[in-house]
Amino acid sequence: MSYHFQPDRSQYPQKKADGTLDIDLASGKYLKLWQGPQHPGITGNMSVELTVCGDEVVEGKTHVGYLHRGFEKLMERRTFIQCFPIVCRVCVPEPDFNEYCYAAAVEELAGIESPERANWIRTLILEMGRINSYLMYLGGQAGSFGMGVIGQWTTYARDLMLDRFEELTGARIYHMFILPGGVRDGLPEGFEKRMEETLLEIESTLGDVYDVMFCNAVFKKRAVGVGFIDPELIDPYGVTGPNARAAGVASDVRKDQPYLVYPELDFEPVIGQDSDIYARADVRRRDTLVSIDLVRQMLAKMPRTGPLMAKIPNVLHWKIPRGETYIRGECSRGEYGYYLVTDGSGYPRRVNVRGPSYTHAVALLERLIVNLDIADVAGLMVSLHTYPPEIER
Amino acid sequence: MQKLYAKLNKLFPLGELTCQRENLAFVTVSREHLRSVLLHLRDLEGFRHLVLLTAVDWIEEGAFQLTYLLSDRTEGRDIGLRVMLSREDAAMETIHDIWPTAATYQRELREMFGIDFPDSPGVNEEFVLEGWVDIPPNRRDFDTKKFAEENFGQRPGRETRDPANHMKEQLYPDGA
Repeated sequence: MSYHFQPDRSQYPQKKADGTLDIDLASGKYLKLWQGPQHPGITGNMSVELTVCGDEVVEGKTHVGYLHRGFEKLMERRTFIQCFPIVCRVCVPEPDFNEYCYAAAVEELAGIESPERANWIRTLILEMGRINSYLMYLGGQAGSFGMGVIGQWTTYARDLMLDRFEELTGARIYHMFILPGGVRDGLPEGFEKRMEETLLEIESTLGDVYDVMFCNAVFKKRAVGVGFIDPELIDPYGVTGPNARAAGVASDVRKDQPYLVYPELDFEPVIGQDSDIYARADVRRRDTLVSIDLVRQMLAKMPRTGPLMAKIPNVLHWKIPRGETYIRGECSRGEYGYYLVTDGSGYPRRVNVRGPSYTHAVALLERLIVNLDIADVAGLMVSLHTYPPEIER
Repeated sequence: MQKLYAKLNKLFPLGELTCQRENLAFVTVSREHLRSVLLHLRDLEGFRHLVLLTAVDWIEEGAFQLTYLLSDRTEGRDIGLRVMLSREDAAMETIHDIWPTAATYQRELREMFGIDFPDSPGVNEEFVLEGWVDIPPNRRDFDTKKFAEENFGQRPGRETRDPANHMKEQLYPDGA
């Protein structure tokens, strides 16, 4: 079944001759309402300036900048190895894609190839991070519709995965594990058994989440048919990841441009059809199950011996010839990429982080938010799965 | 990529092709031909996804490089179009009518590099910065350290070290 958004639901506001909205705040018909930056229904440090007419949103504007730390500028004054520990800080809930994309871009421009065993461990880390990110999302999505308990369950399950990260990398949030040339270490002893226990627990939690959230009449009533992304908007608005896959577009970098060891793994991208909040949540739930399967496949197949690091130059004098490249990966929110430009010196000339939220949280959100009820704004924002630090870097 | 380049080169004057990988190449396009090349690639060659639009400051050469990275998701290939602009008169035609999401990139470039995109929606509105009066901060001639020292005080009693010297001292304590 497909749900189509009715663009003429609202009679207001009328448009002026130049096409802009005719909003006269003094008329008393409209009201400005700020959702965020301090609001339980906001996805991180951003805010949406809403213009409402009664209960209905007639215009929304995304405001970012509350978490601008200037990473791209900072990196221009740091050596290639000094950039490595700061890139992960661009995205808190799933930092590993920054490490992987940055490392792969440096390796490509420097002509270094990371060892096969390191590539397996990199892929394992990325999939573990994806599971974490999805668990966090499911809690947030349920919470935006008033089901606080789901967030407590998924936070518990995520915490178990953070334990696995801790024993593998030594850190729970910022792992700083995937560095140019390879990875820092191999798997600890007994890791497979403990990971299997964690995966079983996460599967069990996801079963409970399915029963309580996805079969819940209130969640269905509020999420089905709301926040519809027309498949025709996918390309013009740069929509990627689960947001595109829930609209029936089989866009997954892991399949389209396979990287690391994905060609050796057996999986199919999860596709939805209805392109509403419910469909996006369901795509992400099923994608978590795919990631769990991928982790099991990798632990069964990965080599246990072999080098973990390629030979890299002395990091204090590491200069990379002039060049430019773009490395992308499929993170839990869509296409994540690093555009790296080098000029032959010991510092990057330019690093540009392409986070999926850049397009989802600004142009797409501002379009989808029109004609929504105020109460559904939080649900829509969470369903786009945006992280503001990727926008302002 | 070579085939595509040969085809494009017949229609538009292009710079030399840099094949970075089998499925990624960069090519320089003149400012006046960019729009036609973008439309050609989008409508006839399947490059429908604008991956990013960003700038690189080549201050020594007095130029900004704009990079339009397009992706053909069906074939799994990418092409980066480079447009060189003079740093003195940094302005470029907007492409928000081709990709609406480009307006966000252009607004950020206006703020961070001072490159103007006349007629792009909201291009002069603040994006990340608030009340910024200095030169655009992502330009190479903006001195981050000086700005930080002038605007933010050091915490009393804090010892600072030059990272390069500190690493050298740690790695080679005998000064070798």
